[in-house]
Amino acid sequence: MNPLVIIRIAFRALNKNKLRSTLTMLGIIIGVGAVIAMVSIGQGAQSTIQDQIASIGQNMLFIRPGSSNQGGMRFGAGSVSTLTADDVEAIRRECSAVRYASPGVRASVQVVFGNLNWSTSVQGVNQDLPEIRKWTVESGEFFTEVDIRTAARVVVLGKTVVLNLFPGTDPVGQVIRIRNLPFRVLGVMATRGQNQMGDDQDDTIIMPYTTAQRKLLSITHINFAMVSAVSPASTFTAEQQITELLRQRHRIKPNQEDDFTVRNLTDVADAAEETNSIMTRLLGSVAGVSLLVGGIGIMNIMLVSVTERTREIGIRMAVGARSGHIRLQFLTESVVLSLLGGLMGVGFGIGISIIISRLLGWPTLVSPASIAVSFLFSGTVGILFGYYPARKAAGLDPIEALRYE
Amino acid sequence: MLPASPRNGHRSDGPVILLEHIHKTYHAGEVEVHALRGVSLEVEAGDFVAIMGASGSGKSTLMNLLGCLDHPTKGTYRLNGLDVSGLTKDERADIRNRYVGFVFQGFNLLPRTSALENVEVPLLYSGVPRKERDRRASEVLAMLGLGDRLLSMPNQLSGGQQQRVAIARSLINRPAIVLADEPTGNLDSRTSIEVMEVFQRLNDEQRITMLLVTHEQDIAHYAKRIIVIKDGRIQSDSPMTARRDARKEFASLPPELEDEE
Repeated sequence: MNPLVIIRIAFRALNKNKLRSTLTMLGIIIGVGAVIAMVSIGQGAQSTIQDQIASIGQNMLFIRPGSSNQGGMRFGAGSVSTLTADDVEAIRRECSAVRYASPGVRASVQVVFGNLNWSTSVQGVNQDLPEIRKWTVESGEFFTEVDIRTAARVVVLGKTVVLNLFPGTDPVGQVIRIRNLPFRVLGVMATRGQNQMGDDQDDTIIMPYTTAQRKLLSITHINFAMVSAVSPASTFTAEQQITELLRQRHRIKPNQEDDFTVRNLTDVADAAEETNSIMTRLLGSVAGVSLLVGGIGIMNIMLVSVTERTREIGIRMAVGARSGHIRLQFLTESVVLSLLGGLMGVGFGIGISIIISRLLGWPTLVSPASIAVSFLFSGTVGILFGYYPARKAAGLDPIEALRYE
Repeated sequence: MLPASPRNGHRSDGPVILLEHIHKTYHAGEVEVHALRGVSLEVEAGDFVAIMGASGSGKSTLMNLLGCLDHPTKGTYRLNGLDVSGLTKDERADIRNRYVGFVFQGFNLLPRTSALENVEVPLLYSGVPRKERDRRASEVLAMLGLGDRLLSMPNQLSGGQQQRVAIARSLINRPAIVLADEPTGNLDSRTSIEVMEVFQRLNDEQRITMLLVTHEQDIAHYAKRIIVIKDGRIQSDSPMTARRDARKEFASLPPELEDEE
């Protein structure tokens, strides 16, 4: 029998009971829609996290001085001043898995230009920062090694600072004042947006760490260090090399704790992704249950349909339909129901995820894979739950089926 | 006339139906029901046989066997020279499709399906392409006077018209035999005569072998031969002496207002 003929028969049978077919499909529509919407939320969150992590710099390592312990009272991480620019220089020189390294010094300042002022933070770093953070200079230029050596009073501004101090004018070449000292603006960094904590990364002033140490803070240690490994895969090696080198430089005995911490951002990324993929799977499986319920709905209706159409089955058998023909006919009906429901469910799910992202502002990402999988899954549901009713129909005895009232 | 393509049945040599010592036993729980107890029967091509019998006589069982809806417990059944007694369910389906046309008491048309498509159903299972299906079905319907009702649904047709659609369906695959099971049971006497006229015409003009199962004496009298079944055996098998002619009767009936529509 021509498959087209079978599909046409199935469509006609479903068309005769429009309301019932629609209600049956509703189960699948909601099931598939839920799968797609839920997975899109999960994947939206996942891709946001990935973007954020990529924006921090994927092969980045963060080194902070350890906590201090004074008479049993422990202070937080970074409370000791054991980490120095020399350590960073050593890391850069000696660790083979490290490509870039920059000391980091932090300060909060009030910055003045003309009659405008703005409160922001200063990051003292070295010339490697744009490479480590994957952060480009939009206009002007970044400071150089010479500026660092001479502790030059030069700055590079973040976009937010520019907006607040230089509305409508070009800051490059201008002189701003921080703590009454004049600083020349060398350049402006590209817009970076918020980090995953919601902090505005553009609300910052970047200057040589030496300048920040000497001119602003009068310190010789550094607050943190940023290191970029040669590749994302070598972050672990870099971490080991750094730990070994710093323990040696800080003369830490084998049984003593580190007086610094090295944080690997891929750990953070992995953890975040792990959490998220668990969430996605959880949401997906909850939605999958509703697809299963939809399948049971199909089975229910197909069983009713087989009973109702016993006479039709008898007629078809009497005029020469084999069991296989009848089985195929009913199986096709349930598969058409579920695939049609699946198709509508895909539309429904896409609609829901668009509404969610508009209304709630959650990032959603409808992946072609989730569409394909849920569509295939709905087809499978149709076959699985349609098989038993179809087999029941095919197993009828033509004589009894014809006599059925 | 039926379209000129070769008929499936209708071999010139030997009987169309040959039953030899057919037994059929049903098991209803512990009890064995002997529905048929050694029936032997020969039907030549072009015959018109009425099978009569009270309910419980084995008449329905015989009809189911003749129509290949069931298989005998014992004995052989040759349909059109083919031994069909030991076939599987699917093989019997193929035999029914090719060699047997069914006409039922309740018409048994598919609801909400046009006359044309109802007639085409057997062709779906013999894999005839759509164009040819349409052509053959409309030819047969036209032959039965329904050329203008091709797209009507069963509920838009009168009883007589519905039965003619069913007859058209039974003829569509050019069967060796047409089995009519109480074909006038649901019809008034005028429409019954109309339907019997169709059967007699098909039998006379096209030598279609007709088997008519009925419990009504007067309907049986349209046949050429009458077989009475009792207690699972053939009680009598005799040629019809005073055969009724449906065409003459129909012509002599007082004209009636159109009952169709």
